[in-house]
Amino acid sequence: MSEPLILGIESSCDETGVALVRGCELLGDSVASSVDQHVRFGGVVPEVASRAHLEAMTPTVRRALDNAGVTLADVDAIAVTAGPGLAGALLVGVSAAKAYAMALDKPLYGVNHLVGHVAVDQLEHGPLPKPSIALLVSGGHTSLLLVNDLATDVVSLGDTVDDAAGEAYDKVARLLELPYPGGPPIDRAAQKGDPKSIRFPRGKWGDGTYDFSFSGLKTAVARHVEDADRRGEPLVVADIAAGFQESVVDVLTRKAVDACVEHGVSTLVISGGVAANSALRALAEQRCAEAGIELRVPRPRLCTDNGAMIAALGAEVVKAGLPPSSLSLATDTSLPVGSPLAV
Amino acid sequence: MLLLAFDTATPAVTAAIGETDADGAFTLRASASSVDARRHGELLTPTVRDLLTESGLALTDLDHIAVGVGPGPYTGLRVGLATGHALADALGIPCHGVVTLDALAFATGRDEPFLGMTDARRKEVFWARYDDHLTRVGEVRVARPAEIDTEGLPLIGDGARMYSEVLGAPAEEPLLPDAAAMAELALRRLRLGEKLPAPDPLYLRRPDAVEPGAPKKVRQWVK
Repeated sequence: MSEPLILGIESSCDETGVALVRGCELLGDSVASSVDQHVRFGGVVPEVASRAHLEAMTPTVRRALDNAGVTLADVDAIAVTAGPGLAGALLVGVSAAKAYAMALDKPLYGVNHLVGHVAVDQLEHGPLPKPSIALLVSGGHTSLLLVNDLATDVVSLGDTVDDAAGEAYDKVARLLELPYPGGPPIDRAAQKGDPKSIRFPRGKWGDGTYDFSFSGLKTAVARHVEDADRRGEPLVVADIAAGFQESVVDVLTRKAVDACVEHGVSTLVISGGVAANSALRALAEQRCAEAGIELRVPRPRLCTDNGAMIAALGAEVVKAGLPPSSLSLATDTSLPVGSPLAV
Repeated sequence: MLLLAFDTATPAVTAAIGETDADGAFTLRASASSVDARRHGELLTPTVRDLLTESGLALTDLDHIAVGVGPGPYTGLRVGLATGHALADALGIPCHGVVTLDALAFATGRDEPFLGMTDARRKEVFWARYDDHLTRVGEVRVARPAEIDTEGLPLIGDGARMYSEVLGAPAEEPLLPDAAAMAELALRRLRLGEKLPAPDPLYLRRPDAVEPGAPKKVRQWVK
């Protein structure tokens, strides 16, 4: 008998994502992004994102079904992001998911966005070895997780204590007068620069925790820019970008590999929007190879927010035989990673 | 013709199933309301499910959905609209919009002019003028209560209750919309062949967002 068909709905930030997944197979998906509407504000405006989710939700469900070549009647269960994320944005997806679940008379599973970022790798590289370590890096999150079981046992090892890595990219991009979102333009600029020419600080380096800090790094870049400005020197954007990026990926990969070694884990998954960064991929590959760790990074389209990650985690939760969420499921803007499934 | 109506544009979560027969006579099959401004998302779908159980109906029996398009505080408002869009999509039936204040006005049954008002937060109200319970005059607007010329007309709704001192008159019932009235109004308009608005939100305000200026200086002595 084939595995159940899961409809996944994601709306925690600025992407409306819907996908259909069966087991570890992505049948089809669709993403509507409101990123263009946030560019002039230099960051995601929650009300703008929520309005866009409402407009995009049903059409995105339709496009995903068409892309997957299935109908709503084929769906066996609905999975939706219950948190963490923006309150108003989450509520649009959860409201729609409840309505679909009730209308189709199928079970509803409110799942964790962060764990979804790990689960999505199964669609690309097959079942995840147990246990694995996961590094999630995006505009909203920077977390290191010990994943014993996607559906039932995920442990947070560390988090950022201030800015998320992607947020630091956005802020530094503004300082360097590069566009929002800051990840891709800084990555491109850095490729033409010397990462060793300016050494920026490494937040929480060697502090014995798996936590991260990027706020001091951003301030160090701001100081550097202001000092150059005061001396009337031109900014060497490529070198600043390369030095900043080197600092970020050095700490991220060092702590991720350390976590693998300490916990005797031989698989590292890197996911989230920043996982598309070329320097992060390159350094992670090098350090994982040196430590004998298998590195798994989903393709960029699966690293950013999408419905496939939610459907993939939904499939795991159904497979684990966990009870569905109730129709009175509440969104939780700070749903802890230890709760892959919200009740 | 069987219609499910609900509204989440005020502190109330209200839902109802109504029916008209061949002669256009309206029967309310079931209705329920609760007031909890912070739990629209948790309450709406279970409320609809309970109405179906109570009336012995299935969602597949429905011919139409009508949902309040506000105006109302945005997060709650979107719960109703997202639910309406998805239900209609899954069931393959039309989803119509009803202006929330129109449903409130209809429930008064009044044949003389009055103003309807609901809370818009930020010390403002959403309001509209009605010639009678079926006839709105002009668009729904958002304003500070002190800026509204009430013309000495009766004031209906929770917005009028919150600012009755400024408005200089006590608020009259009903204070919050009832989906039973919304269902009856929607069915009446459908039967008369009137066009109901699309189920799109009435926000009446742009999102609060400012474009950033230059980055803040981190060194105090840098001008």
